[in-house]
Amino acid sequence: MAEVGDLLAEAMGHSLPVGKVVLVGDCVETSGAFVLHLLLKRCLSLDSSFAVFVALSHPFSHYDRVLRKMGCNLSVQKKNGKLHFLELLDFSARSKENSVDDGFCKLYNEIRKAVETARSKDTKASCVYIMIDDISLLEIAADGSENDVLNFLHYCSTLTSEMDCLLIILNHEDVYSSEEAPRLLAHLQHLSDIEIRAAPLNTGLAADVHGQLTVINKGLLNDDRRSGRRIWNFQFKVKENSVEFFYPGSQH
Amino acid sequence: MAEGLIVRSLRDGSLPGEHAPALCLEDSLTPPLASHSHAVFRHLLTSLLSTGTGTAVVLVAFHRSPSFYLSLLSPTFHNSIRLLDCYSDPLAWKSNHHPPPSSHSPQNITLLTNLNHLPHFLSSILHLAKDFGAQGHDRVTVAIDSVTHMLRHAPLPSVLQLLTNLRCHEKISSLFWLIHTDLHEPKVISSFEYISTMIASLQPIVQLPDYANANISASITSLEENYSKAKFNVRLKRRNGRVKLLCEELLIEQGSVKFSSVPSVSSVVAQNLIPKVQFNIQLSDKERMDRANVVLPFEHQGNGQNIEIYDGRRSLSESQKDPSSIKIGGLSEQKRSNNNKSEKGEIHYIRDSDDEQPDSDEDPDDDLDI
Repeated sequence: MAEVGDLLAEAMGHSLPVGKVVLVGDCVETSGAFVLHLLLKRCLSLDSSFAVFVALSHPFSHYDRVLRKMGCNLSVQKKNGKLHFLELLDFSARSKENSVDDGFCKLYNEIRKAVETARSKDTKASCVYIMIDDISLLEIAADGSENDVLNFLHYCSTLTSEMDCLLIILNHEDVYSSEEAPRLLAHLQHLSDIEIRAAPLNTGLAADVHGQLTVINKGLLNDDRRSGRRIWNFQFKVKENSVEFFYPGSQH
Repeated sequence: MAEGLIVRSLRDGSLPGEHAPALCLEDSLTPPLASHSHAVFRHLLTSLLSTGTGTAVVLVAFHRSPSFYLSLLSPTFHNSIRLLDCYSDPLAWKSNHHPPPSSHSPQNITLLTNLNHLPHFLSSILHLAKDFGAQGHDRVTVAIDSVTHMLRHAPLPSVLQLLTNLRCHEKISSLFWLIHTDLHEPKVISSFEYISTMIASLQPIVQLPDYANANISASITSLEENYSKAKFNVRLKRRNGRVKLLCEELLIEQGSVKFSSVPSVSSVVAQNLIPKVQFNIQLSDKERMDRANVVLPFEHQGNGQNIEIYDGRRSLSESQKDPSSIKIGGLSEQKRSNNNKSEKGEIHYIRDSDDEQPDSDEDPDDDLDI
């Protein structure tokens, strides 16, 4: 099994987390998209896995190009039925026939149907990921209706418990005004079980280090994590075909 | 102690003619209080079910799947809990497309698919409570995880009215809910606090300046400590309007929540915090003895001597002539008893009326609304 990167895998739990919601947050200075790419590659590299990718930000060709450099051919995976890619660049939940609520309902049921189909083919699939890139564009698709976006995310999160999936959401934390940001971000943080936050270095730009990653694994009461550690903070460097994670001062 | 008081209040329910006691459990995103509050919520659930007094619980599940809550409970408690499933399909997105089979849900889970219609929501809860009544459970507690989810689907006045209706209903003996304070305006939180008889809130052990912008690498140790401990503040409202405040420490360990009283280190810390100034603010031994010898204006000094008080409603001459009077005292007696003592000021306490109990510990200023 190809590891995501030792530190990130350690922070998320070496065993594949299922039934959880992962919130990836980033900002303009430091993009967190590489986390999505890594996790997608991790999922598809397993023999028995399936991924649903809801792409509102970039077309399929973009992700195909990025993952190909990382050693993962999305076209082949899609052809083999391991990847269900929803390209929704111009997605608008509201239409002439539907309200925003109906539009999200349809999108949710399409995701659900894809996961159910995958589960029915391979009930022992060890890894089913639902990935959404990204929430800010969902809000635009919802005509700014935060409540409809939260309803949609709630229904997607129910799939984590019903279908043993992992829901991974990317959110740009700095695209909101100061009044709007706290409410939606707070809702997302309450919803998530694992938070991964990409941020710039406190000391500014650097050539060899591209930013720092903070992982907060909230866990549950019946989590059997022996170490008890829940917070990780380390630095990263995004390379052409991989990502390096290291603690400050320990980069090779 | 705080946890015990809360569980006892929820278990005992209300007196006839009074609204059911209600606990408002508050948290915020200050890490990781949100997960702590869920842990406390689940702990209260198991504590209530394990009291063995016939308490039954109707759990309204918004945040987690019903099967998750059932997995946390011993199978022996499964007959004492009914779950209203507002998690799986609150807006009927699933059932409209894929109607579930009739035998899909277990018997103690009821699926709710129209959360926007609060009267139906209320009647669903009451229906489950009445089912318990038919089975002999005379105490039914309603637990809601959480009202924050309800407020996304219904306006504040409707939610408050629903909770009040539950408190008024004869079948409901107590009620508790969870609310995330950082997802609502302060007036919303205050509204829920007004209709509750107990308010429990969590605060971090280590206060950090700003979660979002803090230097995470420098504050990881503090954040980790906040993950294992928290302050548990409880405000209990009594029937007479008095408020009791309690503060305890919450310990989160693998699979369990423990409450402990705030350690007495604070008293040691307080002594170390006495400022070093030029003035002598400590008491000498002689001063301590003199202070201990001050006669307090209480009727009973606790030193085995006869009660000697001056009863202002009787003249001094009458009290001196009446040998049967228990209240021997008078100013003259007071003075004679103090003859052996150094000449100091005297304090004479005059009882206001017969209704006033002697040596009452009540603070006479208690009725002031300060």
